[in-house]
Amino acid sequence: MNAETGSLRAGPDANGHFGQFGGRYVAETLMPLILELEQAYTAAKADPAFHAELDDLLKHYVGRPSPLYFAERLTDELGGAKIYLKRDELNHTGAHKINNCIGQILLARRMGKTRIIAETGAGQHGVATATVAARFGLPCTIYMGARDIERQAPNVFRMKLLGAEVKAVESGSKTLKDAMNEALRDWVTNVHDTFYIIGTAAGPHPYPELVRDFQTVIGKEARAQILEREGRLPDLLVAAIGGGSNAIGLFHPFLDDDGVRIVGIEASGKGLDTHEHAASLAGGRAGVLHGNKTMLLQDEDGQITEAHSISAGLDYPGIGPEHAWLHAIGRVEYQSATDTEALEGFQLLCRTEGIIPALEPSHALAAVARIAPTMGKDQIIIANLCGRGDKDIFTVAAALGVTM
Amino acid sequence: MSGDRLSARFAACAAEGRAALVTFVTAGDPDLETSAEILAALPGAGADVIEIGMPFTDPMADGPAIQRGNLRSLGAGTTLKAVLAMVKAFRQTDDATPIVLMGYFNPILSFGPERFAIEAKAAGIDGCIVVDLPPEEAGELAPALAAHGLHLVRLATPTTDAQRLPAVLSGASGFLYYVAVAGVTGANSAAAADIATAVARLKASTSLPIAVGFGVRTPDQAAAIATHADAVVVGSAIVDAIGAAAEERANDIPARVAAQVGALAQAVRTARYESAGVGAGPEKAA
Repeated sequence: MNAETGSLRAGPDANGHFGQFGGRYVAETLMPLILELEQAYTAAKADPAFHAELDDLLKHYVGRPSPLYFAERLTDELGGAKIYLKRDELNHTGAHKINNCIGQILLARRMGKTRIIAETGAGQHGVATATVAARFGLPCTIYMGARDIERQAPNVFRMKLLGAEVKAVESGSKTLKDAMNEALRDWVTNVHDTFYIIGTAAGPHPYPELVRDFQTVIGKEARAQILEREGRLPDLLVAAIGGGSNAIGLFHPFLDDDGVRIVGIEASGKGLDTHEHAASLAGGRAGVLHGNKTMLLQDEDGQITEAHSISAGLDYPGIGPEHAWLHAIGRVEYQSATDTEALEGFQLLCRTEGIIPALEPSHALAAVARIAPTMGKDQIIIANLCGRGDKDIFTVAAALGVTM
Repeated sequence: MSGDRLSARFAACAAEGRAALVTFVTAGDPDLETSAEILAALPGAGADVIEIGMPFTDPMADGPAIQRGNLRSLGAGTTLKAVLAMVKAFRQTDDATPIVLMGYFNPILSFGPERFAIEAKAAGIDGCIVVDLPPEEAGELAPALAAHGLHLVRLATPTTDAQRLPAVLSGASGFLYYVAVAGVTGANSAAAADIATAVARLKASTSLPIAVGFGVRTPDQAAAIATHADAVVVGSAIVDAIGAAAEERANDIPARVAAQVGALAQAVRTARYESAGVGAGPEKAA
């Protein structure tokens, strides 16, 4: 919190800390790069031409603003608060990830970088990165865990169609965290020409800040849209959290609005009482990984443990540092939803609204289904529908015992 | 911290007119028992300073060789506590060879920086290199290490320009580790001329000994660096050899490592004479 203004939106501090979280825990080879990126981002923020180009691309290429949709049948079914869905699944590439990728590739171009790398878990960020790399004619390498490549074949093919090279990561647990290790190794080896587009609001400063800033377009639009539709702010915001970029994007513009309750939903996989979950706030403790201090799933010896979620996009043992801080100070309430609850949320939205959500926001929908009935009919919920579910139909079919 | 093992060893090597050989092995690789035997064999084979890797699940600055070493070690159940106990046992028979722990911050943070400093000192450790703890974040560990007389070794790299160097040197102690290539451990080797230039530049800014590592695999490469630097670090080549020996279930891993280190030590110890003999050494030119 900024001591002078009292605002919860002023972070991070000059060294990239949100309270005790955040920071720049990287190898010395990367430090000058991180500092250069910070300078470049500060300059871009102050440059009207940067914003003009970003806004133009968001409108005409991404398709923003995304609608704020009143989910009438879902509201009736749950019998409580009015439920609005922020439709970021309607963006080009089908998820919120593109908001951030557009911003970062414009920064890469300003910095004169000629090669793009990224990590991906479910493949959504990889697809969004490959998309903007194609749009700007830059070569692109995507690191993806070998296990995720097996689970997400359609997205692997999409990335290749878009001209990206997809490198399978065989180290460690062969999932998102290992892909991020490998992307960092590539970056440290190719510092002179390479820009690393990190996919979530985590990593070394200034990534958590800049990814958040590029994603707050979600919350800024939602705020204006609900004021126009209802003439007032919502009572509750809900979003799913892996690294937490869609959630911080929705939450951040509302952090100083005391009357708005904010709830983030972690993936509790097979249950918080098992070791197979991805809830780093509920089941982790403070630690350092991938350039930042945050809440991490780890054993008693400080070794990082594997996360589990039915949603590959939430299958990460950490969380963005700003969420760790918002959790610590209590401004945002963090709950969780299991694989089973997410599947129920998934089917609920398909059935009531004719929208197939991704498994990530299905966790948020599970929480909406739990909370909405406890609220009054004159109250308002905004849930972030951060991705569409086409990519997940094979996973859902398998979970429901359907052979395709 | 004059009078400590690191300062004494670097001074002794300098007095002999040669560079020091620093060898890196991952603690507990391939298992704790073999690792302790390897450790015990290193000084006799010619290692002047020993770097011991603390295994971590996510070694983001390491290449495939040391990644695999970390996994072998963790697979064998190595903990930070066990690493400290191994060094303590080593100190029963060798109280002179400096030992520097190298690793990532999270296991230390989890152990508790203060408790780590106390127990590391008690075990006979001389310093630490924490790869992902740049000067900007060192405040959580540096005071505890300093309070207990442990060096926090800093890293300079090819990206450390004149603007960055003062931050790296501020609070540096023990020696300065020059990472010769922008990349991960075990990567390609830097050109000898580039290393000579970099070492000269660093020496103009610090009186600390300069150790050069990353991409140094063979006796010839080690010798080339030993003509310029105060110390040469060899890691991945040794860890690779341990991995290959473990793969074939060899029962003479410590002896094999000793032979490899012996060849490296021989090359490092004679490098400046050889270099002076053919008239190409920087000392002669200077």
